[in-house]
Amino acid sequence: MPGDKKQPLLYMEEYRVKQDPKDYGLADEVFNMEVFKNKLQVVIVRNDEENGLEFDLIGVYPAIANAFRRLMLSEVPSMAIEKVYIYNNTSIIQDEVLAHRMGLLPLRADPRLFAYRSEESTEQGSEQDTLEYELKVKCTRRKDATKEQSNFDDIYKNHKVYSGHLKWLPKGKQGQIYSESSVNCIHDDILIAQLRPGHELDLRLIAVKGIGKDHAKFSPVATAFYRLLPQITLTREVSGKDAYLLQNCFSPGVIGIDENECAYVKDARYDSCSRNVYRYPQLADAVIMARVRDHYIFSVESVGALKPEVIFLEAVKVLKKKCRAFIDEIEAK
Amino acid sequence: MGALTELAGDEKNGDGSRTFVFNNEGHTLGNALKTIIARYPEVDFCGYTIPHPTEQKLHFRIQSHRERAIDLLKRGLEDLEALCDHTMNTFETEMNSFNATAVGSN
Repeated sequence: MPGDKKQPLLYMEEYRVKQDPKDYGLADEVFNMEVFKNKLQVVIVRNDEENGLEFDLIGVYPAIANAFRRLMLSEVPSMAIEKVYIYNNTSIIQDEVLAHRMGLLPLRADPRLFAYRSEESTEQGSEQDTLEYELKVKCTRRKDATKEQSNFDDIYKNHKVYSGHLKWLPKGKQGQIYSESSVNCIHDDILIAQLRPGHELDLRLIAVKGIGKDHAKFSPVATAFYRLLPQITLTREVSGKDAYLLQNCFSPGVIGIDENECAYVKDARYDSCSRNVYRYPQLADAVIMARVRDHYIFSVESVGALKPEVIFLEAVKVLKKKCRAFIDEIEAK
Repeated sequence: MGALTELAGDEKNGDGSRTFVFNNEGHTLGNALKTIIARYPEVDFCGYTIPHPTEQKLHFRIQSHRERAIDLLKRGLEDLEALCDHTMNTFETEMNSFNATAVGSN
């Protein structure tokens, strides 16, 4: 367990964050690839559809961890609707608002299979860099509806436009390469607009590959963040009523109470690191709160097109590509 | 090409002092690269700035009296690249073993 060896700590006191006086790590360290390789540790903690990926990145500099986070948010590409041709829109939602809403729809298409649009590419684009969709919905009154009915679902047909109404129009050979389910909207129940009888939407949508730096709709992650691993130490025995008070000062599951009514630190990992304990004079001296300076807990939640682990790897690849491009440029000089 | 240029004004200071200008780069690369290059024993000073938030430009300063700044920059970029490679390999290995155990337990 990482808890056994000496970890560089940052102490969280009542009113300040204090560095470990014996920890010179960040100030004096000399960079060496071998040292880095020995220190770096990756631990995958959790990876599921609902909550995304959680993994620990141990032994890296803050700048490196932050670079990965920033890259995931704004430089890993994804596909999104960029142009909306509005042939007809008689709904109450304005053209530009509608176009903006279409842009935000998450698409399932794998951005790695597409190219960026170049400066020279035409308005229509090619099958390598463009996906095309259409949205044709017309609202009508149901013939069988009686006057007594008040539910819109019973009276109107197509009165709610969902992302599921989007129809993919394969370009060129796209029809043979991709299936409808691999390029359409990730969710088919996103409400785009509400219509009334006589209202009609007729749109053609063009999706391209882009990065989050250009527009947030291209960001492949819902959230990507890291936090430092909390560490809580009890310096003396806390028992009885105080033990329960102590338990209440931390996030659920952090402090456990044993059969002798004594508090112990069960699992500090998911503590929110609020400093509630310091409000109670009888407890303030019993606890040392700290965080491990080089232990980053990453949480990555994908929008759905790419798996979170793929997004992280893509982010690292982007950084690598940047370095390579500049090295090549220096060598060319 | 032409994403990397040099700022004028260091002609008299020898090859050890340079300010490089990275086009279309920001804190992501700047800070990561700075933490690595600033930790070389040969480097006296290394820092970066983004002179204006609406200009996509990164000014990257290196000062050394033992080595050429351009060589240090290249070494930094190569180390960062190697760091990325190692991170990717470690992550992939861990991910594979995590998936293997996850499948095994189901």
